Amino acid sequence: MTTATDAILDHHEHKATGIKRWLFTTNHKDIGSMYLWFAFIMFLLGGSMAMVIRAELFQPGLQLINPDFFNQLTTVHGLIMVFGAVMPAFVGLANWMIPMMIGAPDMALPRLNNWSFWILPFAFSILLMSFFLGGAPNFGWTFYAPLSTTYSNGSTAFFVFAVHIMGISSIMGAINVIVTIINMRAPGMSYMKMPLFVWTFLITAYLLIAVMPVLAGVVTMVLTDTYFGTSFFDASGGGDPVMFQHIFWFFGHPEVYIMILPAFGIVSTTIPAFSRKKLFGYSSMVYATSSIAFLSFIVWAHHMFTTGMPLLGELFFMYCTMLIAVPTGVKIFNWMATMWRGSISFEVPMLFSIAFVILFTIGGFSGLMLAMAPVDFQYHDTYFVVAHFHYVLVTGSIFSIFAAAYYWLPKWTGHMFNERLGKAHFWCSLVSVNLLFFPMHFLGLAGMPRRIPDYALQFADFNMWVSIGGFAFGLSQLIFLAVVIKCIRGGEKAPAKPWDGAEGLEWTVPSPAPYHTFATPPKID
Amino acid sequence: MDKPENTKTKKLVNKLLIIVIAMFGFGFAMVPLYDVFCDITGLNGKTATEAAQANEGDIDITREIKVQFISQAAKDMPWLFRPEVAEISVRPGETRIIKFYAKNQSSQKMVGQSVPSVAPGRAANYFKKVACFCFEQQTLEGQEEVWMPLKFYIDADIPPDVTTLTLSYTLYDITTKIES
Repeated sequence: MTTATDAILDHHEHKATGIKRWLFTTNHKDIGSMYLWFAFIMFLLGGSMAMVIRAELFQPGLQLINPDFFNQLTTVHGLIMVFGAVMPAFVGLANWMIPMMIGAPDMALPRLNNWSFWILPFAFSILLMSFFLGGAPNFGWTFYAPLSTTYSNGSTAFFVFAVHIMGISSIMGAINVIVTIINMRAPGMSYMKMPLFVWTFLITAYLLIAVMPVLAGVVTMVLTDTYFGTSFFDASGGGDPVMFQHIFWFFGHPEVYIMILPAFGIVSTTIPAFSRKKLFGYSSMVYATSSIAFLSFIVWAHHMFTTGMPLLGELFFMYCTMLIAVPTGVKIFNWMATMWRGSISFEVPMLFSIAFVILFTIGGFSGLMLAMAPVDFQYHDTYFVVAHFHYVLVTGSIFSIFAAAYYWLPKWTGHMFNERLGKAHFWCSLVSVNLLFFPMHFLGLAGMPRRIPDYALQFADFNMWVSIGGFAFGLSQLIFLAVVIKCIRGGEKAPAKPWDGAEGLEWTVPSPAPYHTFATPPKID
Repeated sequence: MDKPENTKTKKLVNKLLIIVIAMFGFGFAMVPLYDVFCDITGLNGKTATEAAQANEGDIDITREIKVQFISQAAKDMPWLFRPEVAEISVRPGETRIIKFYAKNQSSQKMVGQSVPSVAPGRAANYFKKVACFCFEQQTLEGQEEVWMPLKFYIDADIPPDVTTLTLSYTLYDITTKIES
């Protein structure tokens, strides 16, 4: 009863106070903030695991941790960064911004919204608990069978249930976003008038409801194979371990686009704002995003070139994968053309956006190299792959999240952030992240395998530099924490529209955004 | 609660939930689909799980194909398992019998199941087994040994560029699976 009354009161301009406000809130801004804080905490936690990994790899030989614990750290680092940091950060941004961008009073299903956030801490508690109960998952975030079934260290059940809960959370969040965007746009806002962040998130949400259930299915098969004697992936019972990889990557490849499409939406918002020009090609951006989403379903086996696929299969997946470079190129040139002859100013969100365009392109190029089946045999499972996906996920997704956070912080808090500290955060991150990930390309090309706690002596110098870059990048993120806390506690008062080139409905409401916005829909012309 | 926006929302949510359930089902449907796909194309080197008809076609005396036999007992499977010869030459269409030796080195009764695989995968559909111990399970008492026959021929339609074919057997312990 109390929850119901609180929720009703909530709708009448009354905020519950203390912990109850956050537990029972159905307000999209509160939930967005919780998602963002949760993602940041997970980012620091997954990051500290990476610090331990880099400390172990600082020099050859086994120094700090044993190989089994190393495997647990790489696995949980991956799971936390993918499902705990990047995805919730984007959902948090979506919660905060989508209703304000389309002129809706809240998300369409506010109670569901509360649930999708509050089951996440439980999922990650289950996952992290396994460290203290016989060892965390050590089979890689990709949990290939039979590593996760026959050879599991007993953590498979924790892993599976945690992933189930994360999946349910993502699916509920995605349904909420789709319903909000389709049903709650302000009158006059046609689909082709929606801000690009809304567009990219709509497509992302469709990808989520298409592939998260497949992930739920494959973890269920792993669970029953491990504990209930089924043989989906067990050759002795007529199953096939290679089939695991097919089902997993059918989820896994769209998943990587789930983590990058919203980033495209963010930089398509910030780059025009700080170039003081309209986006060069709005509709081409929408179509490029849709084609990337479509192609993501027919390229999964490029993760499996070395499984002994027939030549025809390798050619098909190779060409389809390289085809993705076309819509992606459309986007990159779109952003460049937007900046061309613009009156660019270099505020922190713009710095992160420009770095995104350049560094994501590097990640895209190494992806193109990996797409080539004949050379993939050399790159497969080396540090080249590690360099590739960290360029697209760290300097891609995470840099875009920083750009978004700096861009909208004045709207969220009502204060301008400390520009000097923000720039320090950017430059420290930029230098250290390249020191961290760029040498990994060379390590990989020279043959250093990934997911191994030790390495041959000739890799020692590069690994030392990589580790130093890693520690510096980790420390740089504490500057961001300082910027955010300072910005919440005070600072120069932010006007309704602090960036003169910014466009969109969110800048028509005061800063900080009132608890309830657009109770009556705005007029769009 | 019957405002038009609410019914609109409900309808859309239901549609999206159907997609979610359908995709969950699709994940499981990929299991039989994968098998069918591999059966048709022979992609993963899986051979037929049922006996083939004896060959009544001609023997192609113009070519010889090298057939290699590999056998291994799975991890923690205390059986000896090996073919009588490592390699033979076969003319396409010619029927041959090869025996495999298995011995249960433990003191308990155990059930084994061999799983075959042919490389290159595209040759799998042309490798015809008229009789094979892999079609059934082997139950051996402790220390019992057995010679198991494999009767096969290679389909004369096998692509001309296949000159060597490797048949690999892995023997798995399925004692506990049989009991449960």
